[in-house]
Amino acid sequence: MAEQARIEDLHLVHVTKSFGTFTAVDDLSLTVPGGGFFALLGPSGCGKTTTLRMVAGLETPSEGQILLGDRDITTRRPYERSINTVFQSYALFPHLDIFENVAFGLRRQGVKGAEVEQRVNAVLELVELTALARRKPAQLSGGQQQRVAVARALVNRPDVLLLDEPLGALDLKLRRQMQIELKRIQSEVGTTFIHVTHDQEEAMTMADTIAVMNAGLIEQMGAPAEMYDLPRTAFVANFLGQSNLVHGQITGRDGADLLVRVPGGEVRLPANRAADDSGGLIIGVRPEKMRIAYKDEQNVNRVRGEVLDVSFTGVATQYTVETPWDPDRPVTVFELNDEGAPEVKAGDNVELVWEYGFTFGLDGDDDLDAGNELAAEAAEVAEAADAEDE
Amino acid sequence: MPATTHAVRYRPSAWMRTSRWIRSHLIAAYGILALLYLFLPIAVVFLFSFNKPVGRQNSTWNAFSFDAWTHISRDPTIMNALGISLRIALVATFVATILGSLIAFALVRYRFIGRSSTNLIIFLPMATPEVVLGASLLALFLNMGLPLGFTTIAIAHIMFCISFVVVTVKSRLQGMDPRLEEAAADLYANERETFRYVTLPLVAPGIAAAALLSFSLSFDDYIITNFNSGTIVTFPMYVWGAAQRGIPPQVNVIGSIMFFGSLAIVIAAQLVGKARRKA
Ligand SMILES: Nc1ncnc2c1ncn2[C@@H]1O[C@H](COP(=O)(O)OP(=O)(O)OP(=O)(O)O)[C@@H](O)[C@H]1O
Ligand SMILES: [Mg+2]
Repeated sequence: MAEQARIEDLHLVHVTKSFGTFTAVDDLSLTVPGGGFFALLGPSGCGKTTTLRMVAGLETPSEGQILLGDRDITTRRPYERSINTVFQSYALFPHLDIFENVAFGLRRQGVKGAEVEQRVNAVLELVELTALARRKPAQLSGGQQQRVAVARALVNRPDVLLLDEPLGALDLKLRRQMQIELKRIQSEVGTTFIHVTHDQEEAMTMADTIAVMNAGLIEQMGAPAEMYDLPRTAFVANFLGQSNLVHGQITGRDGADLLVRVPGGEVRLPANRAADDSGGLIIGVRPEKMRIAYKDEQNVNRVRGEVLDVSFTGVATQYTVETPWDPDRPVTVFELNDEGAPEVKAGDNVELVWEYGFTFGLDGDDDLDAGNELAAEAAEVAEAADAEDE
Repeated sequence: MPATTHAVRYRPSAWMRTSRWIRSHLIAAYGILALLYLFLPIAVVFLFSFNKPVGRQNSTWNAFSFDAWTHISRDPTIMNALGISLRIALVATFVATILGSLIAFALVRYRFIGRSSTNLIIFLPMATPEVVLGASLLALFLNMGLPLGFTTIAIAHIMFCISFVVVTVKSRLQGMDPRLEEAAADLYANERETFRYVTLPLVAPGIAAAALLSFSLSFDDYIITNFNSGTIVTFPMYVWGAAQRGIPPQVNVIGSIMFFGSLAIVIAAQLVGKARRKA
């Protein structure tokens, strides 16, 4: 598209939204790069929808500003903004057919006859719904309705397209299909997409930039691979994928590396991957970055432990290993099932190793379980199992 | 057919076959009976509109005749009463539908002081016995010095019709997804356009139903009207009065016309709805 060069960034500047005494969004500052696929990721109730609604103009911020490029749009009515929304429930007009649903925005903007026809047909082709143009929304499947909702927003060529968990109601297969579809459409039209989701996998596969939100605040923002490789808070480390975390104490420095004492040993990591250079530090490492040592290796961090459980998942095998780090918090290790995979069974004593450079260091005051819904559930299950054993 | 091959080996007893037949047709039979119960009286009214009664009472069949149909307006008092009832019903429907719809919007869309008491007050006319309503309205009109007649009847009808309009329109509005209006605003429709292109089309069936309901409630009201009519005679009052002396077959004709008229409206509405859904 010709305008692609001019797509503007969206800025949220110190935006706060309170409902009575409850603060749903708290002093949020955020820049969404123009023309990109941006994912807003966070647990239920953290304020994602509220943020989107403020950008759309359906809710007015209690404080702060929203800028599109350098235009302040904070108090503009929704119909005065070149921003369109794909609602979570689609919100298709039940009394209008698909064609008229899609044409709605164009007609309100005063676009006339032949051009409406041509633009609506073009966008229906894009979402592959041309054949269903004269059906009513109630006569479509969930996936088709979802595509109508996207088409209805896209046809207006907005500066920003907001998608509020549009895939939430779909089954897994359709979800994957729609993810690819949306990604394709985004790269075809070049509009800024802001996609809200609480599915971290969905955010990582689709977005150029992810912002992880928690309790009304942005925890961290960046490219998916970057955020996965180097999370900055325990919340992000747990919410975006899985992490093994342990509290440690920084004891010194060796060149560019920090030395950290952890229960039962010492860990070394590049100082630029740590949140701090003295005092307490949370040491983290992703399960797939660890491996079970079967030969002598140099220049790696190590920890010894006893295998509690081995579960085969096809591509990989997951080991649960109890270590001196914290007996109540077993370490998880993913090993690919290729030639190097060791023969290990529950009860074996093993040594786990990983490269220094894969370690990350988080603020020592963070909560190890922040953002870890799975851990919370697992702990409950384990407790119940313990109770049964006794 | 498998049934015949079965029959060779095993023949269900006559009793079993009958009971199976009854069971599979029970709902249809029940439905037919219910419809008969509902429509038999109307059929009798229709039938007796073709009667040529002996004497004053049109209650025993005498001879077939188109007389009443071709001379509907032989008795000017019938036509007069019918005209008054139709005019009152139109006025009451028009005013009650507009006011009631506005109240319904206010109650559903806005939070204001006195909202729940408004809800209660709206409900009262439906819950109060008509005799009480009629009598108290009469007392009110007399105290205000308002002369009884067309105006007082219309005011009374508007009052009780509003309640039904509010209830009908309100339930329609509450059933509407509020996100639809947000979606319209998001798609460049300002407040007026949102109302015109989204809200109104979606609520219209509710408003139309409310109007039809108002019309028939007003048209056939007898008790409240009787209290506040003064010297005016509405159609139900005429029929009631005539029943003492003998109802002319013209009343049956008017009744039949009204029945087939409303039937036509309902069928037309169904057909329009079907055509729209198909389109
Ligand atoms: N109109 C409102 N009045 C009061 N509280 C509200 C209102 N809208 C949202 N909230 C509260 O604000 C918080 C954030 O809500 P929001 O809908 O933005 O969450 P979300 O991140 O979109 O969650 P989900 O993933 O479940 O959709 C919630 O705790 C919610 O209860
Ligand atoms: Mg939400």
